[in-house]
Amino acid sequence: MNVDLIIILPEIILLALACLVLMVDAFSKDPLHLLTYWTTQASLLVVMALVLFYFPYKAQVAFNGSFVSDYMSAILKVLMCGITSVVFLYSYEYLKEHKFLKGEYFVLGLFAVLGMMIMTSAYSLLSVYLGLELLSLSLYAMVAMQRESKAASEAAMKYFVLGAIASGMLLYGISIIYGLTGSLDLLTISERINVDNVSHMHLIYGMIFLIVGIAFKLGAAPFHMWVPDVYQGAPTSVTLFISTAPKLAAFAMAMRVLVDGLMPLVSDWQSILIILAVLSMATGNIIAIAQTNMKRMLAYSTIAHIGFFFLGFIAGTASGFSASMFYIISYELMTMGAFGMIILLGRNGLEADMLFDFKGLSQRSPWFAFVMLCIMFSMAGVPPFLGFWSKWFVLQELVASGFVEIAVIAVLFSIIGVYYYLRIIKLMYFDEPDSMTTIKTSKKMHFVLSINGILILVLGLAPNILMSLCLMALAG
Amino acid sequence: MITLPEVLSLAALLFCISIAGIFLNRKNVIILLMCIELMLLSVNMNFIAFSHFLDDIHGQIFVFFILTVAAAESAIGLAILVVMFRNKGSINIDDLNSMKG
Repeated sequence: MNVDLIIILPEIILLALACLVLMVDAFSKDPLHLLTYWTTQASLLVVMALVLFYFPYKAQVAFNGSFVSDYMSAILKVLMCGITSVVFLYSYEYLKEHKFLKGEYFVLGLFAVLGMMIMTSAYSLLSVYLGLELLSLSLYAMVAMQRESKAASEAAMKYFVLGAIASGMLLYGISIIYGLTGSLDLLTISERINVDNVSHMHLIYGMIFLIVGIAFKLGAAPFHMWVPDVYQGAPTSVTLFISTAPKLAAFAMAMRVLVDGLMPLVSDWQSILIILAVLSMATGNIIAIAQTNMKRMLAYSTIAHIGFFFLGFIAGTASGFSASMFYIISYELMTMGAFGMIILLGRNGLEADMLFDFKGLSQRSPWFAFVMLCIMFSMAGVPPFLGFWSKWFVLQELVASGFVEIAVIAVLFSIIGVYYYLRIIKLMYFDEPDSMTTIKTSKKMHFVLSINGILILVLGLAPNILMSLCLMALAG
Repeated sequence: MITLPEVLSLAALLFCISIAGIFLNRKNVIILLMCIELMLLSVNMNFIAFSHFLDDIHGQIFVFFILTVAAAESAIGLAILVVMFRNKGSINIDDLNSMKG
């Protein structure tokens, strides 16, 4: 078989399986869509196995340098499939409880995963763009999926318009870079910037548009306007999906474009990222304090985390990038648990997304209150939880690269951030519950959410397991 | 003979018009969709110009991809617009204000 096709095999199989899921759903009459759901989960498992089976022990480039398979892409793809699988498990419970179970949800989710995988493996600006659009278009549709909800359609519209502007900006940047270097291939771009006499000023002009596009997609301030509205308006299962796996893809995209492609301009993008990082940490942490809606609060917390995540890039070294990767993976685990809890507390079509819904949770369910405690402590960065280590590694790299002032600012803002995470814990443990209704949940959800919480604690006690994985991903 | 800076200026001008249209327009969501389309077309203009003057085919191939993606994008945009109109009974931008904070 053609070598190029083997390198891209997981993507091809995923595409075929996504179409299969669509057909299965069209022909099955089951109102619970069980067959669709299980086919989806099996597809993710198959793709994960394929990625592991063809694990690239050295970087392999396919299709004339527009697609690459290396350690980073393989590890990220496995993580994406795993995370999406858990997200679908939570989503299935949510969709069933809220009575808008539709097979299209899973199909769109699979196409989004395909987009993420292409973004992760993209080695030319064209494949970056196509992967990004496949992901974004699926997400717009998923947000709008709850057709009777005013908030969801409003959120979808905002997401669509701002996302389209972001794509436009990104494309404009790509066109400028293409014009200056005469190539779309990331490696060739990097070579030509080094060797040829390309005007530095013009390159920065193009790069700024690229960074604006990336910042929009990640939701970094000052391009964060869509994040709170989309997180709040979208159905919780979709919010859960948006806030997890696509962030990994955005990390990969930033790695490919900024590090593989524009590394010769590192000192220029560092200074831009510093502004983005500080602004994100400031707006995220400060505005989150004023929120009463849990989903909106977590949205602002995301913005703050993205600011922190950029710090690893600012360090500008391979270990800095792996610290960023560690940060984004641990953030995924925490945010998955947090939205999982919101899904768990919702019942009979009512969302439990207000802060007061968490009042007295320790009396209603001590175990889930403990899981939430782990998640919140971890997000706040309290040792020994995972979130502490992710902040620690990033700050360590930042100081090692000589950005001590930025590290101090980051610590100050995360101290401000501790307030609103601890408020949840106070609500759960020291306030009286409004009602003592017991939490009904399926065994699967109970099990996975518990694993999720314990993982945050266990990985926090042994952070080197995850860190060595991240270092390996970027060294390969 | 048209020079490269002339084409690039035109593309930049179109790009600015589309951005201004998005931010100044306070009435109608459809106008927003038109502005987004204009934005992508101005980028296409850039690509075509570079492709022509660099004598490199990749830019033109990119334009084909942008055109197809733009078509898919406006299809989804219009679908969301229909959903929004059914729920809210209007497509005014000022009515997109139920979430704040």
